[in-house]
Amino acid sequence: MSENPLLRVEDLALYFKTRVGQVQAVDHVHFELKKNRAVVILGESGCGKTSMAKAILRLLPRNVGQYSGKIELDGQDVMQLDDEAFRTQIRWVKISMVPQAAMNALNPVLRAGDQVAEPAMVHLNMSKEEALARAKVMFQHVGVPVDFLARYPFELSGGMRQRVAIAMALITNPQLIVLDEPTSALDLLTQANIMNVLKTIKWETGTSYILITHDIATSSELADEVAVMYAGQIVEVNEAESFFSQPLHPYSQKLMASVPRLYGDKEPDFIPGRPPSLLNPPAGCRFADRCPLRFEQCDREPPTFIVDGHPVKCWLYEKEASAAFPPAANGSGDAS
Amino acid sequence: MSTDLKNTPTPSRTDEDILLSVEDLHVWFELKKWGFSHVGWVRAVDKVNFQLKRGEAIAIVGESGCGKSSLMKTLLLLNRPHKGRVIFEGRDISNLKGRALKQFRAQVGFVQQDPYGALPPFMPVHRILDEPLVINGIKNKKEREERIRNAMQEVALTPVDDFLNKYPHMLSGGQQQRVVIARAMILEPKLLVADEPVSMLDASVRVEILRLLRKLQEEHNLSVMYITHDLSTVRYFSERIFVMYAGKLVEQTHIEELLDNPLHPYTNALLTGTSVPDAANAKHIKHVPPGEPPSLVNPPPGCRFHPRCEHVIAGKCDVEEPPDLEPLPGHLVNCWLYADGQTRYPGLEARG
Ligand SMILES: Nc1ncnc2c1ncn2[C@@H]1O[C@H](COP(=O)(O)OP(=O)(O)OP(=O)(O)O)[C@@H](O)[C@H]1O
Ligand SMILES: Nc1ncnc2c1ncn2[C@@H]1O[C@H](COP(=O)(O)OP(=O)(O)OP(=O)(O)O)[C@@H](O)[C@H]1O
Ligand code: SF4
Ligand SMILES: [Mg+2]
Ligand SMILES: [Mg+2]
Repeated sequence: MSENPLLRVEDLALYFKTRVGQVQAVDHVHFELKKNRAVVILGESGCGKTSMAKAILRLLPRNVGQYSGKIELDGQDVMQLDDEAFRTQIRWVKISMVPQAAMNALNPVLRAGDQVAEPAMVHLNMSKEEALARAKVMFQHVGVPVDFLARYPFELSGGMRQRVAIAMALITNPQLIVLDEPTSALDLLTQANIMNVLKTIKWETGTSYILITHDIATSSELADEVAVMYAGQIVEVNEAESFFSQPLHPYSQKLMASVPRLYGDKEPDFIPGRPPSLLNPPAGCRFADRCPLRFEQCDREPPTFIVDGHPVKCWLYEKEASAAFPPAANGSGDAS
Repeated sequence: MSTDLKNTPTPSRTDEDILLSVEDLHVWFELKKWGFSHVGWVRAVDKVNFQLKRGEAIAIVGESGCGKSSLMKTLLLLNRPHKGRVIFEGRDISNLKGRALKQFRAQVGFVQQDPYGALPPFMPVHRILDEPLVINGIKNKKEREERIRNAMQEVALTPVDDFLNKYPHMLSGGQQQRVVIARAMILEPKLLVADEPVSMLDASVRVEILRLLRKLQEEHNLSVMYITHDLSTVRYFSERIFVMYAGKLVEQTHIEELLDNPLHPYTNALLTGTSVPDAANAKHIKHVPPGEPPSLVNPPPGCRFHPRCEHVIAGKCDVEEPPDLEPLPGHLVNCWLYADGQTRYPGLEARG
């Protein structure tokens, strides 16, 4: 626990202004990530995963309503940096990103090799030759034949384009890579091959990952830790071992129970209802409406309880928690 | 489960039991240069044979571009076969036209891949469901109204009055897919074709929709073809499974048999590639074949899987197309490994 985390996200919030009100896409979330570890951000569509990634990389749309909190990278609070400093010192240099649907977002008129080389030229001041030589190495890392350096995106399959997008994120040798649904649109075997690539890179380079996905089974291919997001909030952070065998939050339990399995007798179950609107989230626990374990307490918003070192945002854990943040208003169950 | 079809013994079969029969089906698309000069064929479906019984659910599994949608569109006569026959209730339908075609189509419901694209954005639910009834000549307004309400009840779009006037964009993905299913069911089809009905939906909603489809299948003694790339959902839904690779059916059998004794190397790769949530997965590399499915314009000679197959028999697999073999009763496989009476996959021990 005492080892300094690579990334510490505290109270991070990102709201969007719209004609009908503020969308509370990321609502005061906390989590930490150690060096050479991978945290998976799991959650249903629209729960705020991509928004959180954008908040971390400060890739903000114009209609931002609120953007606040603390993001510490290697002990430095990067929220304090101005946009120019963030752009030259952090984005691509220390944290890079493979955006959602990256394979369809490559520049159609640039050769794959040139696209991969570009971040190295811009952010590491490499010459074109140096950068291309490095791009070639990256191609080998991610399993793209090196003669594809000269090809245009439309000449590549979806799986190959996705590998190119990963190579682009890798070339600056960042400490942290944010992968937003890196395999969701791909075929099973391509998916498995790309997960193999990501694992190998992690083992060989010591990089860390934030992997965003709604695919629970695939997420276990990379996860050291799992953070579950529901309606803009993180409701559980847990180690992969405990999460995949015994998730704590009722939502996590329902999510795990919804996974179809190849073998065994357990039928997958579904979660009735749908998540609340992020314009006007309910005052109590946001999952209460769909929760099979709901009780009176749940009409009030639960704090995040610390249970065996794992944050869980659910009243069921009030008694066994060693601490809670923010401390519960009436002091009950808060030992910190 | 009142009507569990899966466990009722199959009575001795007559032709009456066969709803759909596909014989030597080829779906090829012509590739033209500058719009006229022929440069080749996309062999999207090649030499496919199978039969579907009344009330039976089958699944077709395979990767993107392997020809799943092309096969299905041909069964709906949205494509015409290049060669071969499609027989529906004993009648060759490959060349139906006009009224007969319309009548045939009314007997086949269709749930397509993408619920967002399937519904006309400017129509409320009521009109979306009314249209097929009007088109098929149901003039009595009261009858139409009743059928719309029934269909909505059946897919649990309830209370019905809350949904009748909603437009698609006001519905969640799962609700949109329910509307699509209600529309497919409203003419009381004999066959329902569902092309990736859940792949665009969240995991929790997927299960809900698959259960709904199964309920409809059981209650209406409906035949269903479920097309998917996700093997792990298949066994909750269908009795038989067809695995498709690069335009060919490479394996056909009962789902339990397929999971216990997968024969084709491609099926084995799919099974290995399918993850279950387990923290141990992160600790090792998955043993899956590298590479990607071939082009269907110039598919590899011999077995189409041979460039990726770890059991390839040189001089055989890369030269001659494997025949459809039946190493075990009711278990068909298109692979040379089983030409001499083998009944187990040789790589089974290697697979973790
Ligand atoms: N620029 C924006 N302006 C207003 N609302 C936005 C904006 N970007 C995202 N949202 C909304 O914020 C919420 C969270 O969106 P986000 O894209 O972060 O979800 P997600 O978890 O990544 O979903 P998915 O799994 O579908 O990618 C959604 O309700 C979305 O509609
Ligand atoms: N009208 C057409 N003209 C030419 N080629 C076509 C046509 N329709 C499909 N194809 C080609 O036929 C092949 C099979 O396509 P099909 O859509 O059947 O695959 P699929 O298995 O449904 O894939 P997916 O999982 O991506 O939906 C592809 O190579 C596709 O490009
Ligand atoms: S026919 Fe040969 S190449 Fe094809 S799957 Fe069987 S063993 Fe492999
Ligand atoms: Mg997203
Ligand atoms: Mg398709």
